[in-house]
Amino acid sequence: MERELRSHIIKLLNADTRLDGRKLTDYRKPIELEYGVTKTAEGSARVKIGETEVMVGVKLTTGEPYPDTPDQGTIIVGAELLPMSNPEFEPGPPGIQAIELARVVDRGIRESKALDFKKLCIKPEEKIWMVIIDICPINDAGNLFDASSLAALAALKDAKYPGFDGEKVDYKKKTDKKLELEKLPIAVTVIKIGDKFIVDPDTEEEEAIDGRLTVSSMEDGSLCALQKGGDTPLTEEEISKMLDIGIEKGKELRKKL
Amino acid sequence: MTYKERIDGRKFDETRPIEAKVGVIKRADGSAMFKIGNTWAYAAVYGPRNLHPKFLQNPEKGLLRCSYNMMPFSSTGDRVRPGGSRRSKEISLVTQKSLNPVLNLEEYPNSVVDVFIELPQTEAGSRCAGICAASMALADAGLDMKDLVCAVSVGRVDDKLLVDLDYSEESYEDGPVADVPIAFMPNINKISLLQMDGEVKKEELMKLIEMGKKACMKIYEIQKKALKDKYKVEV
Repeated sequence: MERELRSHIIKLLNADTRLDGRKLTDYRKPIELEYGVTKTAEGSARVKIGETEVMVGVKLTTGEPYPDTPDQGTIIVGAELLPMSNPEFEPGPPGIQAIELARVVDRGIRESKALDFKKLCIKPEEKIWMVIIDICPINDAGNLFDASSLAALAALKDAKYPGFDGEKVDYKKKTDKKLELEKLPIAVTVIKIGDKFIVDPDTEEEEAIDGRLTVSSMEDGSLCALQKGGDTPLTEEEISKMLDIGIEKGKELRKKL
Repeated sequence: MTYKERIDGRKFDETRPIEAKVGVIKRADGSAMFKIGNTWAYAAVYGPRNLHPKFLQNPEKGLLRCSYNMMPFSSTGDRVRPGGSRRSKEISLVTQKSLNPVLNLEEYPNSVVDVFIELPQTEAGSRCAGICAASMALADAGLDMKDLVCAVSVGRVDDKLLVDLDYSEESYEDGPVADVPIAFMPNINKISLLQMDGEVKKEELMKLIEMGKKACMKIYEIQKKALKDKYKVEV
């Protein structure tokens, strides 16, 4: 990135403000969440944070359980960084960025036990529900991690089982039976630039990131998943500060659900 | 038994409800969304921009690249596997051929204009919706164009000729069906996409094209209005 822009960003952060005038731990406004945006998915949601827009769809299908968890269903999270959403994204199979995004969202949902996998079991050792969550950014103006995590959770909240006769899924028949969400894990990515911490980076700030910590937390403030990114190592003191910010901002985002 | 009335109550020459908007993807140079019934397409245009790898560059004119992609959850049935299929590659190709004639690519030597079409929800007529969105996105990007491209599917269900088939009509089983997606350039007055599968006589096909052109003229008005609405000032 251009060194002038980076030093300008840092100068602003030291004066407790940012390129667009926000405070350091402010999300962009408005944050909008819409359920059921696409009818072909069993559940879907669209999240807008400022100009960033992400759509997530959930498809439900049946399959065989893994041998080590014969009485549990499963989730699969995919992310495609659509070249439509960002001039830097190229068509082709998911790159490392897309895989990291999908895995961070996956862990937040899986480790929080937001879904009780046992309830997704149809017949032990034979048939289970597989919940396939696909993340599609429409416009990437920064912070896909938080927008995608929130949209994934909202799409799960929106999801209803398709018709099922014990053998086959009938997608044309919708039922009223919802996927039950047990927990509401929220991911907040805290960014370190210079020696300051911010949330919800825009495109320019993303280029200046030194350290990054995605904090997934639950209603009671306990943690369920973490992912450190960025090239700079962090001290314990810094980690502690970032966790505080992550948990605090998580409470704010959870209200949007 | 004949197909007397359309299942959803439309007139034979009536399209499903249409919604169109431009400028929906801020990071793109031009963008649009086009909804027709339950089929929903986004299009984003990036460019003209540098073309890599370099050996693809043409000093005479720019290159138009189109990509058609269904989002994994965009089909009523099973999840669509990401990564492109033979079908999506073919649709990307015919989309590129249908849009190419309206662009003055000589203006953009050594460059590429990328068009990305993404579908969050589909129910018949998705390639036509994609082309409608793409042509609006190209205009929104401010590219040098001779015309817009309007697209719709026409077809035959049993002994009736109709415009904009929906899924139940495409899969009608009590009589022969033909599905004919067309793209029409209203000012150039020529057809740039024509495909057909099913059974149809030549006279019927010519009648269908006539019906399709009329429907495209209505779509053209919707596209123009959407492009103008972007610059409307609220008083």
